[in-house]
Amino acid sequence: MSTPAITEVVEPVPPTRQRGEGLLWLLNGRLALGLTLIAILGVGSFVLPIFCPVDPSVQATYLKNMPISGAHWLGTNALGQDILWFLVFAIRNSLMLGVLVGVCVTVISTIVGLSAGYIGGNFERAVMLIVDSFITIPLLPILIILGAVIRGNSSFLTVGFIIVVFGWAWGARTIRSMALTLREREFINMARFSGANTFDILLREIFPYVTAYMLVGFINTVLFAINTEATLAVIGLSKVEVPTLGSIIFWALNYNALFTGNYVWLVAPIIATVLLFLGLFLSSTGFNAAFASKRGVL
Amino acid sequence: MGVLQYVAKRVGLYLAVLFIGLTITFLLPRIMPTNPIDGYIGQIQARASGALTAEAIAQLRANLEELYGLRGDLFSQYVGFLQRVIFHFDFGPSFAFYPQSVSQIIFTALPWTLGLLLVSTVIAWLLGNLVGLVAGYFHTKRAGSVIEIVGILLYPIPYYILALTVILLLSYVIPLFPLSPSFPAGQMTLTKFGMVIFNSLLPALTLILAGFGWNILSMKALAVATTEEPYVIYSRLKGTSNWTRMMSYVFRNAMLPQVTALALSLGTIFNGALLTEMLFSYPGVGLIMRTAASAGDYNVLYGAITISIIAVATAGLVIDLIYPLLDPRIRHK
Repeated sequence: MSTPAITEVVEPVPPTRQRGEGLLWLLNGRLALGLTLIAILGVGSFVLPIFCPVDPSVQATYLKNMPISGAHWLGTNALGQDILWFLVFAIRNSLMLGVLVGVCVTVISTIVGLSAGYIGGNFERAVMLIVDSFITIPLLPILIILGAVIRGNSSFLTVGFIIVVFGWAWGARTIRSMALTLREREFINMARFSGANTFDILLREIFPYVTAYMLVGFINTVLFAINTEATLAVIGLSKVEVPTLGSIIFWALNYNALFTGNYVWLVAPIIATVLLFLGLFLSSTGFNAAFASKRGVL
Repeated sequence: MGVLQYVAKRVGLYLAVLFIGLTITFLLPRIMPTNPIDGYIGQIQARASGALTAEAIAQLRANLEELYGLRGDLFSQYVGFLQRVIFHFDFGPSFAFYPQSVSQIIFTALPWTLGLLLVSTVIAWLLGNLVGLVAGYFHTKRAGSVIEIVGILLYPIPYYILALTVILLLSYVIPLFPLSPSFPAGQMTLTKFGMVIFNSLLPALTLILAGFGWNILSMKALAVATTEEPYVIYSRLKGTSNWTRMMSYVFRNAMLPQVTALALSLGTIFNGALLTEMLFSYPGVGLIMRTAASAGDYNVLYGAITISIIAVATAGLVIDLIYPLLDPRIRHK
C-alpha cells in the first residue's frame, strides 16, 4: 500500500549525467520488461474473455476440484468454477478498476498539487495540512468500517470511489513540490510579466513539465488501487462475487484450498499478482528513471 | 527558535490529523446510502419471523439510535461523538460481547499489536537501511546491483501475497510452523511466552520482508547520491577508512530523509500489521476489527479505528520530535 511513497524519495535525486548514461541500458531494460509483463497480462485478460464459454463467476458450472487437464488448464475449484477463466476475468476487472481509479486520482492530485504549489500562501498551507493528514491516517481501518457498513449493498464502483477519496494525497504532495521549484524559474516570471493569468500559467507553462511525472504517478496509483481493492477482498469486505485478484484468494482461503490440496487455486493468483505488480512497478520506476536521465541530458 | 517553530508546526499537524481522522470516521459511514440500524432491525425481524409490531420496531429503533449515538441532527451527533471520544475515551458497550466495554476489549489487544509492530518495524528499518547503504555505497560493484534486484522484487509485492507466500512456504511446503497458530490467553508462563514468540515469528517475518524492500531501494538511491558529495570525497582524500566514511559520513546524512519517510509511512505500515494479524489470527487490534466487521459490532469498530488513528498519529509525532536530535541543522537554525 505504500506504493506512491517510492517516487517521493527517488524523484528528488535524479541521477547525474554520467550515471544516467551508464545505467541507460539497465533502465530501459527495466522499462521494457515492465511494459512486456503488463502488455501480456493486459492484452491476454482483455482478449481472452471473448472466447470464454461461460460466465466464470457462476458457481457449479463444472465438477468440483478437478485436477489440471486439457479441458481445464488450471483445474477447477471447490465452487465448480474454472480457475483459469476466473483468473483471466479477475486480472481484467482488477486492471479496469486500477485504470479508472488511476485516471480520477491523477486528475485530482494534479489540480490540487499544481494550484497549491503555484498559488502558495495560506491556501497552500491549508491544502498541505489536509494532504499530510490524508497521508498519515491509516487507510485500512477506515476502509474496514466502510466495508462493514455498505457490505452487500456496495457495487464494485463504490469500492473504486472510496479508493479515489483516499488515494489522491501522495500524488498531490509530489506535484506540489514540483510546482514549487517551477514557480521560481525565469520563464514563469516572463509569462507573468507578459500578462498571462494564473490559470494560463498553470495550464500552458507548468503543466507540460508535470506530465512526465503524471504518467509515473498514474502507474503507481493503478498499483495502489488494485492492491487496496484486493486487500479488502481478501478479508471479505469488497464485492467478493466479482472476480478480482483479491476475491480469488478470498474464496480459496474460505474453502481451505491448502487443506484440501487444491494449491493451484491459491498459487495461480499469487503468481499472477506478483507478475502484474512487478510489471507495473518496473514500468513506473523505468519511466521515472528515463525521464530523470532525459532531464539530466537536456 | 528553530526548534520551537518546528515543534509547533509538528504539533499543529498532529492535531489536524486527529481532527480530520476523527471527522472522516464520523462522517463517511453516515453519508453512505445504507443504514446499519435498518440492517440490524431486519435481522431481528427475520429471527422473529416477522412477528414484531410497528411500535416494537419504533422502540427498538429508538434504543439502537441511543446506543449507536445516532440521535439528533448531524451536528449534535458530531459534538457528542467528539466529547465521548476525547474526554471520556468511551465508545459504549460491545454488541457482540455485550457487558464488556469497547475500551476494555481494545486495550487487551493493543499491546499485542504494538509489540509486533515495534519489533518488526525497527528490524525492517535498520536491516533495510543498512543493506541499502552497503548496496548504495558500493554501487559500482556487482553485489550492489544484486541487492537492488532483491529490493525491486520485494517492494511491489502486496502484504497479503507476502503473508500467503510465507505461510505456503514455511508451514505447508516446509512444515516448520503450524498452519493455524494458537496464542494462549491468560496468565503468562515461560512455556506460554515461548509459544507466543514462536507463533509471532511468521507474522513478524512478513512485516519485516514487506518493509525491507522499500528501505533498500530508497536508501540505495540516497546513498548513491550522498557518496558523490564533495565532503565524502574530501574525507576519502583525508584517508578515512571505508567503514568510517560509510557510517559517519554517508549514513549519518542519508538516514535523515529515511526517518521522515518512516514517520510518513507509519499509516501504511500499520495497515500491513492489521492485515497480517487477520491472516495469521494474531490476537491484536486487526483481528478484533475483522471479527467486529463480520459481526456488525460497530462500537468496537469505531473504537478500534479511533485508537488506530490516535496511535499512528502519536507515533508519527514522536518520530518527528526525535528528528531535531538527529538533524543538528534544525537545532542551530
